[in-house]
Amino acid sequence: MTSDPNIEAVRSSSGPLSMRWTQGLSDAEIPLEIHDLTVAYHHKPVLYGVDLAIPPGKLIGVIGPNGAGKSTLIKSIMGLLPTDSGWVRLFGKPNKKNLGRVGYVPQRESVDWDFPVNVMDVVMMGRYGKLGLFRRPGKKDRSIAAACLEKVHMMPFADRQIANLSGGQQQRVFLARALAQESDLYLMDEPFAGVDAATESSIIDLLHTLRKEGKTILVVHHDLPTARNYFDMLILLNMRVVDFGPTKEVFTYEKLQKTYGGRLTILSEVADAVRQTKA
Amino acid sequence: MRALIPTWDWHTIFVAPWTTDFAIYGWIFLMGFLVCAACGLAGNYLILRRMALVGDAISHSVLPGLAIAFLAANAWRTGMAAEVNGMVDTGGQEPGMIHGFAMFTGAMVAGVVTTLMIEIIHKHTRIKQDAAIGITFSTLFALGVVLISVYADKVDLDADCVLHGEIAFVSIQPFFSLSGVEIAPASVVLMGLVAILTLGLIVVFYKELLVSSFDPGLASSMGIHAGFVHYALMCWLSVIVVSAFEAVGAILVIAMLILPGATASMLSTRFPVVLSLSLLHAAVSSILGLHLAIWLNSSTAGSMVVAGAGLFGLVWLFSPSQGLLRRWVWLRKNKRSALQAESLHPPYGC
Repeated sequence: MTSDPNIEAVRSSSGPLSMRWTQGLSDAEIPLEIHDLTVAYHHKPVLYGVDLAIPPGKLIGVIGPNGAGKSTLIKSIMGLLPTDSGWVRLFGKPNKKNLGRVGYVPQRESVDWDFPVNVMDVVMMGRYGKLGLFRRPGKKDRSIAAACLEKVHMMPFADRQIANLSGGQQQRVFLARALAQESDLYLMDEPFAGVDAATESSIIDLLHTLRKEGKTILVVHHDLPTARNYFDMLILLNMRVVDFGPTKEVFTYEKLQKTYGGRLTILSEVADAVRQTKA
Repeated sequence: MRALIPTWDWHTIFVAPWTTDFAIYGWIFLMGFLVCAACGLAGNYLILRRMALVGDAISHSVLPGLAIAFLAANAWRTGMAAEVNGMVDTGGQEPGMIHGFAMFTGAMVAGVVTTLMIEIIHKHTRIKQDAAIGITFSTLFALGVVLISVYADKVDLDADCVLHGEIAFVSIQPFFSLSGVEIAPASVVLMGLVAILTLGLIVVFYKELLVSSFDPGLASSMGIHAGFVHYALMCWLSVIVVSAFEAVGAILVIAMLILPGATASMLSTRFPVVLSLSLLHAAVSSILGLHLAIWLNSSTAGSMVVAGAGLFGLVWLFSPSQGLLRRWVWLRKNKRSALQAESLHPPYGC
């Protein structure tokens, strides 16, 4: 698999800083590798020349201001958007050929919660990818789905119609569905948005368990102060990758200022957050 | 005032259709049921995908597809006849076959063109989807009307019939026969096939249809091409609409697409149950509609839709989970803390 000259060229050059964390790993070991990815909406680039290579077994946060292209990044990795240039590889294969190894948690608002399905039905959808055409979910799939619901403490709600759940419960259903996909790489788009504190900490516990099992998790995150504590590594994104590295190295005033530009309200938030780190 | 209400005769209205006149009304009921069932099943997906208006659009814009298909079939047939110098007898079964085939192809092409046009207008201009639908279907329908009136002598389509159809004709149609045994009127056989195929496709592709309707992103990540599912659905919808055309016409097809699913969705929150309930709605509304049509001596398809709408109204009032009555009782019971409590326990689907 290492025969692709393009990739070799990228990797052997001293290259962008964002690629340095996967040196010495073989293609198939790298959960996610992005090269020169540009995505534009109506001729305005949202992501521009993004280079990224993510090491396995890490819990990684994607942070950046509104409109920085965080969701666009996740969607392009999933192959849901037309890209203008560049490529995305998952475990050494082009993204569209290896999506089976990816679990996806979209933003909660992206689906219609009045849909006539119950909690169990939604989690079962996570199994569909493994089933393929014509096969129906069997006993094994049902027990896996039940186990995933148990992990997010939603088993008592299995028969509940999804509209009759709180925001945090809906988010946990989505998580259970991603777990049911039994993936190696998880992409989560703002799983903490509109979620109560109890749910937030139980989601974090779950993400830590997943990491312990060797999974790689990429989380789009909005809240700077908590980002520092939640993630092993951070991707600072504002149309381009401003920096990518271990949280301790990246979560500095200068780098965050570079990412968030002149947005004063956020900058004071950043300053507070950094001060807390030092304290 | 009395003259406005037709005479009520229990025997003619309710007994005769199922006994002495069964040979006529049996087929009409069956045709009505098959149309409602096929439309209702497919319509569930339109409702879930918020595409009810696209169904509306397709039912109108199949018209130019049909007209062009008829013209093409005619041209092809005369061309062929000329080629073999009139040695082939083009009477008999063959032209019907050609026309039937052309009709379905034309309809499917029209369905896909409609969907594409809506999307192209919607994506490449600032016009929103509902306006794009409005532009597309009225343009295509008008094109169909123009084509039919220009080539009136070559296109065997009646604009009046296209609009509201006549289901009562099924009983006087030539029967479709298989190895000498007469089975059923030809259009009933066709509609039956379409309805069974619709059910079959839903059963076989249940997972794919469900997940691509609920979360297209997840569907694509599983290798289910959401765009393909979308166009396949539109293609099949055109087939259903075209087979239902003759019986119920373009306008009533829309009602039959949406009413069963809308009614069923107020009674259950499980999709398989919703699908079965929309079949039940199809059966009950075609029976009630048939009796209503006999009583009022009116358009059968129209009466079936009126009956279906009546069922929708009843369910809206009395649905055990979402009905107005249930809501009213609930509010009365919790009068004092109604506003407060409503925000805690919404009276829908408790």
